[in-house]
Amino acid sequence: MIPHLTLLAAEETTSLIDWWNSLWFRPQSSTVAGQVDWVFNFVMAVCIFFFVLIVGMLLVFLAKYVSRPGHKPESSPSHNDKLEITWSVIPLIITFFIFYYGFVGYLDMRTPPDDALEVKVVGKKWAWSFQYPNGAIDSELHAPLGQPVRLVMSSDDVIHSLFIPAFRVKQDVVPGRYSKTWFTATKTAPEDNGDSFPDPDEGGFDLFCTEYCGTSHSQMKAKVIIEKSDGDFLNYLNKINDPRNGGAPVEVGEKLYNRRGCVQCHSIDGSAKAGPTWKGSYGTEAELVTGEKVKVDENYIRESILNPMAKVHKGFNPVMPTYQGQLKDDEIFAIIQYIRSLSGTAVEDWPARPEAPVVDPNAPPKN
Amino acid sequence: MVTQAKEHLDFHSLGLTEDRRVIIPEGKSYLSGGGLWSWVFTLDHKRIGVMYLASILTFFLVGGIFALLVRAELYTPDIDLISKLFGLDAEKAKDKYNEFFTLHGAIMVFLFIIPSIPAALGNIILPMQLGAKDVAFPRMNLASYHLYVWGALFFIGALLMTGLDTGWTFYAPYSTTTVGPVAMATLGAFILGFSSIFTGLNFVVTVNTMRPKGMTWFRMPLFLWGVYATAIIQILATPVLAITLLLLTFERVFGLGIFDPKLGGDPVLYQHFFWFYSHPAVYIMILPGMAIISDVIPTFSRKPIFGYTFIAYSSIAIALLGFLVWGHHMFTSGQSPLASVVFSAITFSVSIPSAIKVFNWTATMYKGSIHLNTPMCYALSFIFLFTIGGLTGLFLGALNVDVHLHDTYFVVAHFHYVMMGGTLIAFLAGLHYWWPKIFGKMYNETWARVACVIIFIGFNWTFLPQFVLGTHGMPRRYATYEPQFQAGHRLSTQGAFFLGSGLFLAGGVLLHSLLKGKKAPPNPWGAATLEWKCCSPPTTQNFETTPWVGFPYDYSDFVYDPNEEGYVEVLPDLARSAKH
Repeated sequence: MIPHLTLLAAEETTSLIDWWNSLWFRPQSSTVAGQVDWVFNFVMAVCIFFFVLIVGMLLVFLAKYVSRPGHKPESSPSHNDKLEITWSVIPLIITFFIFYYGFVGYLDMRTPPDDALEVKVVGKKWAWSFQYPNGAIDSELHAPLGQPVRLVMSSDDVIHSLFIPAFRVKQDVVPGRYSKTWFTATKTAPEDNGDSFPDPDEGGFDLFCTEYCGTSHSQMKAKVIIEKSDGDFLNYLNKINDPRNGGAPVEVGEKLYNRRGCVQCHSIDGSAKAGPTWKGSYGTEAELVTGEKVKVDENYIRESILNPMAKVHKGFNPVMPTYQGQLKDDEIFAIIQYIRSLSGTAVEDWPARPEAPVVDPNAPPKN
Repeated sequence: MVTQAKEHLDFHSLGLTEDRRVIIPEGKSYLSGGGLWSWVFTLDHKRIGVMYLASILTFFLVGGIFALLVRAELYTPDIDLISKLFGLDAEKAKDKYNEFFTLHGAIMVFLFIIPSIPAALGNIILPMQLGAKDVAFPRMNLASYHLYVWGALFFIGALLMTGLDTGWTFYAPYSTTTVGPVAMATLGAFILGFSSIFTGLNFVVTVNTMRPKGMTWFRMPLFLWGVYATAIIQILATPVLAITLLLLTFERVFGLGIFDPKLGGDPVLYQHFFWFYSHPAVYIMILPGMAIISDVIPTFSRKPIFGYTFIAYSSIAIALLGFLVWGHHMFTSGQSPLASVVFSAITFSVSIPSAIKVFNWTATMYKGSIHLNTPMCYALSFIFLFTIGGLTGLFLGALNVDVHLHDTYFVVAHFHYVMMGGTLIAFLAGLHYWWPKIFGKMYNETWARVACVIIFIGFNWTFLPQFVLGTHGMPRRYATYEPQFQAGHRLSTQGAFFLGSGLFLAGGVLLHSLLKGKKAPPNPWGAATLEWKCCSPPTTQNFETTPWVGFPYDYSDFVYDPNEEGYVEVLPDLARSAKH
């Protein structure tokens, strides 16, 4: 949408505009960015005109009418309705155009295309998580180049705001409701060029939280990685879909503990929260509300995750939601290994398996 | 350089005779006499104003120190200065940083800017501009100051307890769930709100009922118009803040679900309530600033204000339209897109009255005789900075550009240009303008102007880089940041310390004048408004003789008298007019 200045040589025009834009902005990397920058530049032109006009008049008057020996104030009309109405109406007309262009751009920003890929975003103090249509969850946002992506966002605690400067998109993430925004990336982020100076968006577009949310608000950020092709994106989905890519089972288990909500109710320091602590629990005998006793082992943990109401621990309310269909076998295995590690029990490595599963990213989420 | 108010044509060279000089009798200064008690329970509007002045300047110093701490921390991307200074680990240091910016914002807004011009300068000047002895309700005026002190104590209490980390906006549900002393701080803001309402009510009644004979609405000084418009907003908007803060406290203390979705509330509702007050509050802050500029520029240009009626009406227009634009703080909050569109449209309409004022101030200087005394230097600085502040608002009113710029440093820079470049600079203009009247002492013009220039340069040095940081995506309220932003932050921090030194110099010059300053004449600048028609400093009664009420911007009857080092009013030549 950048208007062409045909009077200048084409190359010079481009370099001048490039210089101006790089002074103010990160490179435009989404379909709406050009429009935002165009309106910004339009407003900037209006501002420069009025600024030069006002400050210019101020300086001219200062030079001409500054008090000095022999200088007297001259009389001039103390009002002029025509003049005053003119300088009221002209700005009004100009602001109407600014409003209109901003409005049109805003409509585009708020209207995602129908074929958009949907990614669920959850913000909580102080991390982002992104869930893809196949159910896989990651802390980085990946998307294919040129593909509209719709973000459906919610918050687990306070208000956050998702902001990707290179895409010029921002939307608050409010607890208790879903908010939405979308983008279509037109560029991949610049590669790390190896120099010591950190360039903006190097190795992935910056994604910031822009609504103040407490201690680590400034570290609630993520990278947006734009995959060059749909194939690359599929490979990425397959990669994160397999828990084994996350490292040893204990490490994967710890990540799941923090990311999938276990941490809200189960402590790892021995204190009781809404649910029993995981520390030192493995291998002990747990008393159930029915009075029965049961050994806390692989089978009991697995059953408690998939069917929490079957055997409720005495002294706790039956409030745990089921994770049936939300955790894969490998993930449950990883959580068990993590619980074992908290009880000082030896942990195991991934069990053998024939081959990695192949996942179709367009399939509906498993949950 | 033009020296202090030296007119080419003075009293003697014009051949005026002594019998045409309006004599202003000297009297006992309102400042002298009485012990501490006579100040604490005084009903004299000037003494209350001076106590306000001392209080707000103290809080300005405190808020300014927090600002410098915040800026110093931001010199480097990591959280290092605060952790070294206070011996804290990174997590605790980030909490500290969050407290610092909260205290900077809350103190500056609630304890400094909002009361700065109306309650401190307005209290002293408003009755005198009306030729009156006091405000309509002197006891309520005193109550307003006492409430201010109590409110401030709660604020400072929350400060000493530490841990207030909500930002000055107290957004729910963060504010209802954080551990900090939010209830205490909001109670402080609640009490301060009543102090503000009392002042507003007093001013409205005073202006309505106590104007002297001959001073019709459209012969009022524009300072009164501005303060009157402000008072209307104070009365109408502040109760909404009070209710909002009360609801917030109920939610925190009793667990009532109003804003927190976990209790069935709506966090966006809080933002609507909050900005319904806080956007008009922006005009509580800027309108009195504009009002000062409307008095200072004609005085030092020796020309009547250009387009008096437009300026007067634009103050009222700003006050009324200001109530209809609060949603422009919420374009990305999740309010409906339709609401955003409507708010954007109305927002642009409120920019017009401000533009009118700027054009009129500039036009006032046309064919004038511009005296570059310190108040005028600040007024010119105001026009420059406020123009930038106002124009950058256009970017934020445009819907799609605001989505990109919202909650970035661009917004931070914008509102500092309006609040600090606008209101603070106007406050300094007013303080230097009325200083000789309030304290009866002249300050050193040279050093006061040097301070003004340092403040002007330091201000732009601090905040211009922040616009660029913002458009590149630097979010506000960040304790740490990406290394790519460091160049801008460094400039900004250097500028902030330069700016701070300018403010200290200005303060030093004024304090010095109290001890060593020359005695001020009744009318050092040749202003035509009534507060200059009594001695400096005034007596408790203000006026020993009833002043003559003329048009507030007609300077033809004020002539410089080198013996007085000030201006004197000359009576019409009765003998001559009788002959004709």
